[in-house]
Amino acid sequence: MKRSRAIAVTAVTAALGCAAQLHAQVSASEHVPPDPPASHVHSMSYREMAEMMGMDDRRPFYKVMLDRLEWQGHSGEDTFAWDASAWFGGDYNKLWFETEGEDGEHTESRTELAWDRIISPWWSLRLGVRHDEGPGPSRDWAAVGLAGLAPGFVEVEASAYLGEEGRGAFHLTTERDFLFTQRLVLQPRLELDAYTRDDPGRGLGSGLAHASFGLRLRYELRREIAPYLGIHWNWQFGDTADFSEAAGEDADELSVVAGLRLWF
Amino acid sequence: MLSRRQFVHGIGGGALLLGAGGWTRAGTAGSPVLTGPDFDLTIDYLPVNFTGTARRAIAVNGSIPGPTLRMRQGDTVTLRITNKLREQTSIHWHGLIVPADMDGVPGLSFNGIAPGSTFTYRYKVNQSGTYWYHSHSRFQEQVGLYGSLVIERRAGERHAADREHVLLLSDWTDHDPEHIYATLKRQSDYYNYNKRTVGDFFDDVRAKGWDEAVSDRRMWGGMRMNPTDLADVSGYAYTYLLNGVTPAGNWTGTFRPGERVRLRVINGSSMSFFDLRIPGLKLTVVAADGQDVEPVTVDELRIGTAEVYDVIVEPRDAAYTVFAQAMDRSGFACGTLAPRAGMSAEVPKLDAPVLLSMADMGMHHEGMDHSQMSHAPLNHAPAEDGPIVDMKASMVAPRLDDPGVGLRDNGRRVLTYADLATLGGPIDARDAAREIELHLTGHMERYIWSFNGQKFSDATPLKFSHGERLRITLLNDTMMTHPIHLHGMWSEVVDARGKFAVRKHTVSIQPAQRLSYLVTADALGSWAYHCHLLYHMEAGMFREVVVA
Repeated sequence: MKRSRAIAVTAVTAALGCAAQLHAQVSASEHVPPDPPASHVHSMSYREMAEMMGMDDRRPFYKVMLDRLEWQGHSGEDTFAWDASAWFGGDYNKLWFETEGEDGEHTESRTELAWDRIISPWWSLRLGVRHDEGPGPSRDWAAVGLAGLAPGFVEVEASAYLGEEGRGAFHLTTERDFLFTQRLVLQPRLELDAYTRDDPGRGLGSGLAHASFGLRLRYELRREIAPYLGIHWNWQFGDTADFSEAAGEDADELSVVAGLRLWF
Repeated sequence: MLSRRQFVHGIGGGALLLGAGGWTRAGTAGSPVLTGPDFDLTIDYLPVNFTGTARRAIAVNGSIPGPTLRMRQGDTVTLRITNKLREQTSIHWHGLIVPADMDGVPGLSFNGIAPGSTFTYRYKVNQSGTYWYHSHSRFQEQVGLYGSLVIERRAGERHAADREHVLLLSDWTDHDPEHIYATLKRQSDYYNYNKRTVGDFFDDVRAKGWDEAVSDRRMWGGMRMNPTDLADVSGYAYTYLLNGVTPAGNWTGTFRPGERVRLRVINGSSMSFFDLRIPGLKLTVVAADGQDVEPVTVDELRIGTAEVYDVIVEPRDAAYTVFAQAMDRSGFACGTLAPRAGMSAEVPKLDAPVLLSMADMGMHHEGMDHSQMSHAPLNHAPAEDGPIVDMKASMVAPRLDDPGVGLRDNGRRVLTYADLATLGGPIDARDAAREIELHLTGHMERYIWSFNGQKFSDATPLKFSHGERLRITLLNDTMMTHPIHLHGMWSEVVDARGKFAVRKHTVSIQPAQRLSYLVTADALGSWAYHCHLLYHMEAGMFREVVVA
């Protein structure tokens, strides 16, 4: 012990003026303060430091989620439906894209592009644009929405839209996973669409126009690859239902669905 | 479906391709041993095959772990590191008190070791004990760049042993660590195959009744947290190694019956806590993080990432299994201690995973021991109210005597920090003149980790005045256990009354734990201060400390 102390004292005295005084307060351990560094790294920006450290908590990532690529069987012509989204960005700000639609008796789609900014632990704000294609004239909208995880692990996307000629619209999607096993997952999903005024060219009435509820049971071969089977109800309301019935179509529809969920 | 067992066990031969170096694995002490004071180390890619799949690792002198470096206390050592990679590299001497420019953190200590170049570390070794080294560049540590470092005490070991073995635990993955990190950002619970199911809910209803089962689900659902979230990366991606050997490879350390055998246990993993025991043997813990402690005898110990324990065992003429199960019970590392090579003993089954409790979440709960609780109101940092922090504990306690989730009341005597008393007392008799309180914070779902709600890129360096003695109080506002490592200076953990307990380089903080340690800021320069879970560090749980 004595010898190591002696070594310690020598080293410290050689290194630092003030360290000897420091060492006097140091007890009977083998600890010796290190010499001051002989060289320093030059001062650098966060970018440069992140590069040198190989460590960057601002690095952007992406995710592409093909949530639903599915066949829908119901009375009448079969439908192919899709719902895919993607994001790119860092922890605070992301560019967010979604396309949802179907190709059957009608072909219609909703495409959105937004800036996604986290505003609270569980919610982000989305500001962007929406473009609808389908029967009748296409529509463009400015979009403001909230997306996040509600208590109970319910994923929620709720958006309000302002279109040409003062049209307004509202869209809500909620879904939640129930695990039967670590790979077999049941996903209930509810979607609502509402509009502030009639749009007969597109077969849409004001108020609540569509609601759909799906139950999809997927098997995750691995997390990213999951085939599924399910059922899907579609309801139309108010003038929207009237427009469909006038065109000789069913306002309400029950489908059997089979599809694939993929992400990377 | 690949079963957990296939992932964990690996192939029989361990890393067969490593044999090219000319040394054999079975029945030996593992990696080669190099003795100082001069070391020449080469870092290069290495083809390996741990699981039946050929992969490319990064290794020191062609072995994983790298060679055990043996130094002598008081020597000045020279380590020439040659980088044969196509990327920058570095080596950090974990737990060694060296000048800041020798500490091996690119961007803080030095500029890293460029491809094709040689960097020479040179420093005086004033301490003794068991330590380790690893890359501080990107994810190189995950793919093999680590090894053990043993410093012989000049005055002779305080706790004599007849023989010694290094037990270096690590977590190998066939996945690209860049992909693992990106996957955690995309779906943070990706690697958890122990999530609660609908069936578990009905089991709970049967066991506890409807009201309690529903209120439990409502509580966890309200927090949007998962009580089985014990490890971010599990046995789904990891094959756990003992001295670089898979469980199927059965690393074996030999002894003569009647010998006192010192085991230098090092957690060199990137993301895994291990619960280690050797059925049939008592473990007498004689050092923690290289620092000798009053001997304490236990059946089992939890070793956090980057922590080190020296234990002495006294085996009889029989084979014993060294069993180190991952904290989330998704796999294990194991090997054998035996009088002769080729022997084996029964390998225990994995314990059942245990759920995190309300106490772990820092919430009020029934049956809580209020005498242990901190009644002072908790002051959360302002940035903790921001969008990158998903929870804040409301009830915290030092709980040094808490072995942690999954080890409480398991019928075995489990080591806790309360059992550890470093010999010789603190390095500095002064009390702290000031306190820095840091909250360990994060957002599990977004996979963001931070101190006080600020990621590294959002924060300014912590300033220590040269020569000051200060108290760092860490309060864990997350549901994970974080091994916090301060470079360059010792962390002298104090008990609930502020009395010195144990000197460490890496301090594991459990969920809802508030723990203090004293630091003497006697090391001039810039230092890293971070969570030693590799992907937490990457995701922001890192600070620069400047001593000036």
